[in-house]
Amino acid sequence: MRTDELVDLLACNVEVVAPDSGARRFAWALGAGALGAALLMAATLGVNPALAAYVQQPTFWLKVVFVAALAAIGLVMARRLSRPGARLAPMPAVLAMPVLAMWMIGAAALLSAPAEARAGAFFGQTWAVCPLLVAMLAAPVFAGVIWAMKGLAPTRLRLAGAAAGFLSGAVGALVYCLHCPELAPSFIAFWYLLGMLIPTVVGAALGSRLLQW
Amino acid sequence: MQRTDNKARLTAGENRLKDLFVLGQAGDADAYKSFLTELSGHLRAYLRRRLGALPDEVEDLVQETLLAVHNQRHTYDVDRPLTAWVQAIAKFKLVDLLRRRACREALTDPLDDEVGLFAATATESSDARRDVAKLLDGLPDRQRQAIALVKLEGRSVAETARMTGMSESSVKVGIHRGLKALAAKIRNGT
Repeated sequence: MRTDELVDLLACNVEVVAPDSGARRFAWALGAGALGAALLMAATLGVNPALAAYVQQPTFWLKVVFVAALAAIGLVMARRLSRPGARLAPMPAVLAMPVLAMWMIGAAALLSAPAEARAGAFFGQTWAVCPLLVAMLAAPVFAGVIWAMKGLAPTRLRLAGAAAGFLSGAVGALVYCLHCPELAPSFIAFWYLLGMLIPTVVGAALGSRLLQW
Repeated sequence: MQRTDNKARLTAGENRLKDLFVLGQAGDADAYKSFLTELSGHLRAYLRRRLGALPDEVEDLVQETLLAVHNQRHTYDVDRPLTAWVQAIAKFKLVDLLRRRACREALTDPLDDEVGLFAATATESSDARRDVAKLLDGLPDRQRQAIALVKLEGRSVAETARMTGMSESSVKVGIHRGLKALAAKIRNGT
């Protein structure tokens, strides 16, 4: 078939096309993914019985706001990377802001604590499992976000995969807040972030295979 | 002076092509055909410059990119330049081809210029080596029939639905899925 024949074919009886920003796809993906993560958390870990006491504490809400901010920024990046030619800037700089803020808060909290209490605050009770559990809860969200992206047209596949991983890591961490017993800002600033980086790296590694079109 | 002229020409190209494309999105087949015809000229020039070592691949890649633009046209954000959108797709398809051919050294020109796509055009096409018509024949019956009747013979969706006994929406779905499957076949070279 010659190219002008292909053009004739494509233009013949062309349908009206509504622009799709992917808003609905991402809403479905995150809704279903978060539900999946919540069910997974309830089935394997359980909601923390002390949660009612945690919600009285400002450090719990600091954690929730931090993780939710990262999820929101991750969502903007994932949506931009789902459409050809969209600009990512200034989102990496925006992403750095809550991270740096949380690191400063965590460092300040550590420095103001007595020296012998610092290790306890940083490692908490659960540092060894926290990143892995965050990554586990990210898995259903990741599947949803990849599905959403595949209905659009990502062209920078590694970055798009990384953004999908980061977004699902942040949503997974948000769900994990219902189970997690840790409230120290330094713990959140390091171990939660590490947990989110696991699916980010996985997404970057799998991006070109999962998202190619 | 030269630079200003060039810039003005690019802006004019952007505006004209964007108008045609937006009309096409609204269902104007003539405008959409003009858009695709002009775009194929730009793509040909763009890809020719960048596929110096693989001149035989140019027309195939022009066709693959046209189909990609068509299949993903719902992802265009009208507030962004059309150039950026089209060029990202063209570059994506080009890099994909080079990766599959495992010959990045074939790249004779840097890929990162932002506004170049509409700068040049080449209207005389060489022959594509791969025959899209043959690949169409390999599609599942419903998709092939829907595309043959609506897109090749120019019959309406309603008429096609009557002729084939499919519902109108399954005719539309058949076309949509068929063109996506065609793009996948082109990419996999089957």
